[in-house]
Amino acid sequence: MTASPAIRPDAVAAPDSARGPVARHRPTGPARKRRRGDTLAGYVFLSPWLIGFFALTAGPMLASLYLAFTDYNIFQEPEWIGLGNFERMMEDGRFWQSVQITLVYVLVGTPVKLAAALAVAMLLNFRSRGTGFFRSAFYAPSLIGASVSIAIVWRAMFSTNGPVDGALNIFGIDIGGWVGIPALVLPMMILLAVWQFGAPMVIFLAGLKQIPAELYEAASVDGAGPFRKFRSVTLPMLSPVIFFNLLLEMINAFQVFASAYIIGSGTGGPAGATNFYTVYLYTRAFTNNQLGYASAMAWVLLAAVGVIAFILFRTSRGWVHYTGDSR
Amino acid sequence: MTATATPLIVSPEDERRPSPGARGRRRRATTAVWAIVMVLIAAIVLYPLIWMVLASFKPNEEFGSNQGFFPENPTIDNYLSVLDGVGGVPLSTFFLNSLLLAVGSVIGTVISSSMAAYAFARLEFRGRPLYFTLMIGTLLLPFHVLIIPQYVLFRNLGMIDTFLPILIGKFLATEAFFVFLMVQFIRNLPRELDEAARIDGAGHPRIFLSITLPLIKPALISSSIFAFIWSWNDFLAPLLYLNSPDKYPLPLALRIFNDQTGTSDYGATVAVSVLALLPVLLFFIVFQRFLVEGVATQGLKG
Repeated sequence: MTASPAIRPDAVAAPDSARGPVARHRPTGPARKRRRGDTLAGYVFLSPWLIGFFALTAGPMLASLYLAFTDYNIFQEPEWIGLGNFERMMEDGRFWQSVQITLVYVLVGTPVKLAAALAVAMLLNFRSRGTGFFRSAFYAPSLIGASVSIAIVWRAMFSTNGPVDGALNIFGIDIGGWVGIPALVLPMMILLAVWQFGAPMVIFLAGLKQIPAELYEAASVDGAGPFRKFRSVTLPMLSPVIFFNLLLEMINAFQVFASAYIIGSGTGGPAGATNFYTVYLYTRAFTNNQLGYASAMAWVLLAAVGVIAFILFRTSRGWVHYTGDSR
Repeated sequence: MTATATPLIVSPEDERRPSPGARGRRRRATTAVWAIVMVLIAAIVLYPLIWMVLASFKPNEEFGSNQGFFPENPTIDNYLSVLDGVGGVPLSTFFLNSLLLAVGSVIGTVISSSMAAYAFARLEFRGRPLYFTLMIGTLLLPFHVLIIPQYVLFRNLGMIDTFLPILIGKFLATEAFFVFLMVQFIRNLPRELDEAARIDGAGHPRIFLSITLPLIKPALISSSIFAFIWSWNDFLAPLLYLNSPDKYPLPLALRIFNDQTGTSDYGATVAVSVLALLPVLLFFIVFQRFLVEGVATQGLKG
C-alpha cells in the first residue's frame, strides 16, 4: 500500500524541518532540566539490570574467555596454556561425537519442529472460532517439555513394552526399547523436541492472522490454487516470523540439557548417544573438574551460535520480506 | 474465553449465512474433517500427559506386562509410597524448596524487569540505545557460556549450597525475555497519561508506581507465570549449586528417584513426575490465555 506522491508524509512535513534544528540543539531551561532528571532516573531504574549485566553476564563472559586459554581446576590458580585447550579439543573423540549429535539434533530437529508448527498453525487459522482449546492444548508441551518429569516419561514411553513399543508391535515392528539402542536415542530426542511445536506455532498463528485477506482474494481472482497461494502469499508474508522462529529455536536447540542428561542418566547414555554438547561441557567442568577446557568448549559453542545467527541474518536479505510499515 | 475475546478478524466464510443446498453441505463436511483432524492431533499431543497420569495408578507389576492405556488394577500405592521422599528427606521438603525458589523468582523478576523496562521504554538518557542493544543480545546468548565463571564467582562468595546463586540473577533482571516483554507493553501505552501526571508534579517513581505498573498488569501476570514455571522446572541451576538433599527442589529429587529406583520402581518415579508437573498444569489451565498471548506478543512486535 504505497501512498501516492502527492500525499507522501515527508513532503507534507517538509516545512516543519525549517524550525527543527534550533529548537533541538538548544533545549530551553525546563526541557534541559527534564533531560538531566531523566538521566538520573534512568540509571536508578536501570540499576538492577546494569549490575546484573556487568556482574553476571559481561564480567563472567570475559572471565570465561580468559579461562578458555588456561588449565584450571577450581582448587589451583588458572595456568595459561595458550591454545592448549583448543588443540586438545581437536583430538578429543568425545568432543567430536558431542558436536555431531548436537548438530544433527539442531539441523534436523528445528526444521521438522517448525514445519509441524506452521502446518498446525495453518490448520488452526483455517477457522476463526472454536480454536482456543486446541491452541492451548498444543502449546502445553512447550511449557513443560524441558522438565525432568517429561524426560522421565519420555524415557518410559519409549522403553521395552512401553506404549511406543506396543504400538509398533501391532504393525509387526519389534525393536524393543529405544533408549538401549544408540542409533534410536537421537530420533527419540528429536521427537521430544518436535512434540514442543506449540510455542513457534502460536507465533506463526499470530503472524498468519496479520496477512490481509485481500491478498488471498486477489490471488484467487488471478486463478491461484491453494498451493500457489501458500507459496506466493503465505510464505513471503510470513517470512519475518519464520526467520524469528528459526533463529530462536536453533539457539534454544543448541542448549538442550535436562532431557539429554536425564534420558542418558547423566553419563551420556548407551555408547554416548545422549552425549550432547552441553552435557559433555557439564561433565568436563563439574565431574572431571576441567574448567579451563569446558570454558574453551563454551566459547566454541558461542562462536557456533554466532556463526549460525550471522548466516541466517546474511541470507535473510534474500528470503525475508518486510512489508512497508516502517517503525 | 469470554465473548469480548473473540478474534477481531472474521474470515469471509463466517460472514455469510450458511446457504442451503450443496454449498452448505460442503462447508459442513469441511468443518467436520477439520474437527476430526484437530482432535487427532490433540490426541497425539496430549497422549504422553494422559498416559503418564494413568500409568501412575498402575501397580508396579503391570509396567512390564500391561501395555494398555488403562491400569487393570488401579491403585494409589505409588503415591503413598513416595510421600516418604528419598534419602531421608520427605517429599514435602522438596515441594517447599521448589515453592520458595519459584516465589522468590517471581518477586525478583517482576520488580527488576519492570524497572528496567520502564527505563528502556520511557526514559531518555545517554547510553540507553547501547544498553538496549546489549539487553537484546543477551536474549540470544547461550546460558552455558556463563555457568562456569558464575559458578566460580558464587563459590568465591561462599554461596554454594544456598538458594542465593539461583535467586540473585532474578533480582537483577538477567532474564531479558521478561524485560523485552514489558518494554513492548509499556511502549504501547499512551504517553499522554505520563505527561498529565508530570504536569501534576509527579516524578518518575510516582508515574512508574501509580500509572505504568497498574496498566501493564497483563504483562506482569504473564511474566509471573512464566517465571514461576521456569523456576519450577529448572534443573541446571539447582544441579550446579545445591549439594545437600534437604535443599533440593523437585527436579533434583526426581533425578534421584529416577537413578535409585529406576526401572525397579517405575510406579514411584512416574507418580513423583506427575506430582511435580501438577502445579504447572494447574497454572496453565487457569492462566493459559495470558501465557499464549504473551508468546504471541513477544514474537510479533519485535
